[in-house]
Amino acid sequence: MKEKWGAGMRTRKKVKNYMALKLIIFGTLAAAVILMAVFAPYLTPFDPYEQDLGNALLPPGRVHFLGTDRYGRDMLSRVIMGSQTTIFSALFLVSVVTVIGSVLGIICGYCGGRGDSFLMRLSDIFLAFPGMVFAIAAASVMNGGIWNAVAALACISWPKYARIARSQVMSVKNQPYIAAARLSGSGFWKIIGKHVVPNIAGPVVVTAVLDIGTMMMEIAGLSFLGLGATPPTAEWGSMMSNGRSMLQTSPWVILAPGAAIFLTVMIFNLMGDTVRDFLDPRQRKR
Amino acid sequence: MQKLLEVKELKKTFYKNKIPLVAVNHVSFDLIRGECLGLVGESGCGKSTIAKIITHLTVPDTGSVFLDGEETLFWKGKEERKLYRNIQMVFQHPKDSFDPRCSLGDGVMESMRNYGMSKAQARERMYELLDMAELERKYACCYPHEVSGGQCQRAAIARALAPSPKLIICDEATSALDVTVQAQIVALLKKLQREQGLSLLLISHDLALVQAICDRILVMYQGDIVEQGTPDEVIMHPKEEYTKILVESVF
Ligand SMILES: Nc1ncnc2c1ncn2[C@@H]1O[C@H](COP(=O)(O)OP(=O)(O)O)[C@@H](O)[C@H]1O
Ligand SMILES: [Mg+2]
Repeated sequence: MKEKWGAGMRTRKKVKNYMALKLIIFGTLAAAVILMAVFAPYLTPFDPYEQDLGNALLPPGRVHFLGTDRYGRDMLSRVIMGSQTTIFSALFLVSVVTVIGSVLGIICGYCGGRGDSFLMRLSDIFLAFPGMVFAIAAASVMNGGIWNAVAALACISWPKYARIARSQVMSVKNQPYIAAARLSGSGFWKIIGKHVVPNIAGPVVVTAVLDIGTMMMEIAGLSFLGLGATPPTAEWGSMMSNGRSMLQTSPWVILAPGAAIFLTVMIFNLMGDTVRDFLDPRQRKR
Repeated sequence: MQKLLEVKELKKTFYKNKIPLVAVNHVSFDLIRGECLGLVGESGCGKSTIAKIITHLTVPDTGSVFLDGEETLFWKGKEERKLYRNIQMVFQHPKDSFDPRCSLGDGVMESMRNYGMSKAQARERMYELLDMAELERKYACCYPHEVSGGQCQRAAIARALAPSPKLIICDEATSALDVTVQAQIVALLKKLQREQGLSLLLISHDLALVQAICDRILVMYQGDIVEQGTPDEVIMHPKEEYTKILVESVF
């Protein structure tokens, strides 16, 4: 009996170590991608915006590792430069939405009342709406541009975070330790900051990390439709859009940014999964 | 015979799916300074609701609560702190009454920090309080899931003692513990009452426990106080039908 228990502990420890290893690997990869975006201007072998029509649509080769586009711009440089727009706007979007959504959710959940009912009805409306359709409509009304795309996506994504934060707060606020904190003379903000936020942070953070990849896809998607980054800005979605007529003749023009999106989104999604497994093993999907 | 706490005509109705449920119905009682008052009754009869109303965790429909002759139910903000300096509570489930992400010591120090004590002073006093609650000092840096229920409840008692209150309300403070630990906690409470001149309001569903240590007992049934008196009066000469049933079920 005792031995069995010990073996169980050991496997659990092994699982934990395995998950820690996964977390380190994907965390490092994600950090590498972010660092690439930060130092993009120093990493590009060519100027990503300099046109050279004599060298247009060169296939991948020794000089231009990923070939050139129809204006003769180096694809590798443009893909590296494009990481800035896509990754930074996705990270910015996720952080803004997480903060706004959870603050609203926490206050609604803790205080209840009419404000709570109103905001939750509002978030129901947003959640019932097909998100991407709303984003396309909003972004086109606001005339495109990467900031407008981010704003449109922020508009439809905050309710999810408000919901999660609210439902967590609803269960935490009835815990005796919140009552005990009140009896210790702690005020509203101290209770929220010291006792509520740390106890609901897990699920919110997991959702946020899992959403980074999705947000990248959506930003790239809006840009692909011409509603996000405007040319000549290097952005993966709009680069794919520019190259789509040349898929048969010069596939590298579309494959290079496509592969970049694919790899980056995959890295962030896998990291999100690992963070979730690490923080909350019960939620693991088999 | 100075009244520390006077509860008058408390009434509280809960609504579940718009169906009213009267949890507390015109409850009045006094608590005399330095006494140990017991509040017994089956579960669901409204005992916790009374404790929550006294500590401002629930708002009653009508009624008033006087602390040293002052009405407390309207106290807000700064005055509410005055209430919590005078009245503290020990909860039923000790582990749930401590934030899982804060150490027991932090929980005990929270009120002292809120009332403006420096960190070093608060730590010093926290250790003294743990001594008073007969909990070894090493447990101060443990988290609630790392200690036993009895140890956690001792920490909760230390936390309740921190603002030097006049009254401690124990809402089923021993019900979640096993019998031997129960007896130790009860003995500790009794000792603290004697040494610190505390008043206690002991809430329990267990008449045997309450009659052993209380100076006076209130018997509650379906939101009403049906009987009050010294333990002997209540047990030897129960006036109400319900009290008789309660006494017979115990002895
Ligand atoms: N927050 C609440 N919402 C609805 N009903 C409640 C709430 N709190 C308590 N009640 C009801 O009020 C009655 C008295 O509860 P309580 O004071 O906790 O009883 P006791 O502590 O004596 O077991 C119970 O019937 C309970 O279901
Ligand atoms: Mg109760």
